Amino acid sequence: MKTLHPKSGLFESRAIGEMALASRIILYTLLLGWSAFVLFPIYWLIITSFKNAATVNQGPYFLPWIDFQPSMHAWYELFVSDYEDTLRAYINSIIISLSATALSVLIGSMAAYALSRVHYAPNLITILFFVFLVALTWVSISAFDVDWRVALAVGVALFFFLARGVGRLHQIHLHNGDILFWIISQRILAPIVVVVPIYMMFQSVRLLDTHMALILTYCVVNMPIVVWLMFDFFNTIPRDLEESAQLDGATMFGTFREIVLPLSRAGLAATTLLVMILSWNEYLFALFLSTTKAQTMPILVAAMNAGERGILWWTMSVAIIIMILPVVLLAVILQKYISKGLLVGAVKG
Amino acid sequence: MNEWIDRNMGRVFLAPAVTLILVFSIFPLVASLLLSFTRVRLSGGGFKIRFVGWKNFEKQFFGSEQFHLIGTFTEISVLGWIVGLAFTAVLLGWIIKYIRSHFTWVGFIGRMITFAMALGLCWLFSATLLSGNPFGTVGVTLFYVFVGCGIQFLIGTSLAFACSQRIMGKNAFRVIFFVPMMITPIGVGYIFRMMADTTKGPFADVWQWVGLGEFAWATNPWAARIFIVVADSWQWIPFVFIMMLAAFESVPRDLTEAAELDCAGPWQKFREIIWPHVLPIAATVMLIRAIEAFKIVDLPNIMTSGGPGIATESVSLQAYYAWRSLDLGAASAIAYILLFVTVVTCASFFNLVIHSRIRKQR
Repeated sequence: MKTLHPKSGLFESRAIGEMALASRIILYTLLLGWSAFVLFPIYWLIITSFKNAATVNQGPYFLPWIDFQPSMHAWYELFVSDYEDTLRAYINSIIISLSATALSVLIGSMAAYALSRVHYAPNLITILFFVFLVALTWVSISAFDVDWRVALAVGVALFFFLARGVGRLHQIHLHNGDILFWIISQRILAPIVVVVPIYMMFQSVRLLDTHMALILTYCVVNMPIVVWLMFDFFNTIPRDLEESAQLDGATMFGTFREIVLPLSRAGLAATTLLVMILSWNEYLFALFLSTTKAQTMPILVAAMNAGERGILWWTMSVAIIIMILPVVLLAVILQKYISKGLLVGAVKG
Repeated sequence: MNEWIDRNMGRVFLAPAVTLILVFSIFPLVASLLLSFTRVRLSGGGFKIRFVGWKNFEKQFFGSEQFHLIGTFTEISVLGWIVGLAFTAVLLGWIIKYIRSHFTWVGFIGRMITFAMALGLCWLFSATLLSGNPFGTVGVTLFYVFVGCGIQFLIGTSLAFACSQRIMGKNAFRVIFFVPMMITPIGVGYIFRMMADTTKGPFADVWQWVGLGEFAWATNPWAARIFIVVADSWQWIPFVFIMMLAAFESVPRDLTEAAELDCAGPWQKFREIIWPHVLPIAATVMLIRAIEAFKIVDLPNIMTSGGPGIATESVSLQAYYAWRSLDLGAASAIAYILLFVTVVTCASFFNLVIHSRIRKQR
């Protein structure tokens, strides 16, 4: 090998990891060039928001005060004349993404904690029996016009009386890994596959265009991510503390709340941020499930396209800026946590 | 009561998550499958559902919607025949090799599913793209997934590798590179429409200068597709970057230093120490990215509305348009086709690449 690479052998005095000047130049050119590619569209977005119809349509102007006179026209329009629409969508977005995130992180981390600590062994036969009963109930309600209360009662009763007996027939036990995989694999579902039945479901219980519909949907859609990240995170927490707490008579929920959650603050922060950003930006479900009352920001921005005057780029830019500002700020401040959280899953999984 | 809760705490913890997933994910999944075999008519706030068998799928694969979903077929060109047959031979060889080495029924059935879909997709590829026929939404989606993910992987990994060196301003670069991922896809779509405008956009003078002043991105199929891939990459390279950066930084320092002391060149060090270490992470990252890429709907919807014609329409978008024209059966059928392609592709990748690697390590 030494003969192949005499260079590094000859210059032993060079510090390990030092790079040659040429590769250093290439490296910085690459990094700076990419920074420009990332930042320029954002810069253009910001200056467009200070333009008006004339300064946009006459061609590209790059520098405010030098090329063109910035105007607050678009900001004024969105914040003063049309403030009702903007404010409503903004508040909707905040309510929906915060509640969905809170619910998803709570339920998801509970499930993840249970999966990382308790040993489950559900019997596959019992599960199949349950599925069979659900299908039977559903078919009898929809196809044979059985009263739904009767069908449901019979189904539940049958399950409770026969589950044990059926379970004893044959035992194929699933394990925690199977449950975990089942939950995580839900992420592979494209929203478009489930959105039509979800739409019909919410329509039949008259919850379309309400916060509830979107909160529940976002909560479930993001649950796999929460379970995945938090499961790995809980696995890294030593169990001694919990065991001693349990010896002292603490319940599982008590241990979870008092000991485990405070210890996993970093993982929770990352997961929360990630889920919040995903629900803040979500588009397809909002498109189906909300029309006016529960309209979220992405829908408001997308709908701006539909005016008779074509796209009003300046107003659009303002809307996009106020929409991305909170998440970008959060992300820049907490970037380290998010990347750490994302990674826990990938490195292990 | 309290005692009962205590005893069943494990179930109580898991129950909410499982129930929610059953209600909002599994039930819609089954309902969607049933819907895809029906015609649904909306009447006065209710639905009238009629069972029509395979008709929805038939229409998509062989009927009036064939051009839309998979493409137009006239005749296969010579190149198409050559590539198609070559692919078939390779796939057959792979199956035969598996049967000869260590046969299990589960493995065989799984591989046969992979084999069938790979065969179908490669003949689709040879019969449309290589033969000069227009292809449909499945082809467009695969283009977004494979080309998009490929570009994102290459650029994201090289940026991550560059950033993992000892350089100045590492943290600043990290933060800057991270930002696009946070921007809503709707916003990214509009920003890139502004960028690509050849008369009012920032590069108008450049376009004029190269003689493309009158060129409209959105009216040329390939330009529009590439334009969407560029926007998608702008948004998702940060994801690959962040994950790969952490992967590169997790390479044990003593290993690389030992390699340097042994006079390994930089290329050798990369190939023999760093790359094997980050490869499993890279595979996982690409799997996650591909799963999300199959779902692409917002960018084509915002940037081109699927146009010109159907040139940039993804399968998700096609299903959305079917839903908008109140054809719920067709929407479900199209969505199910997407689900099938996604699941088979991702499961094959997982089982054949990631899982086999784990098995080998054990």
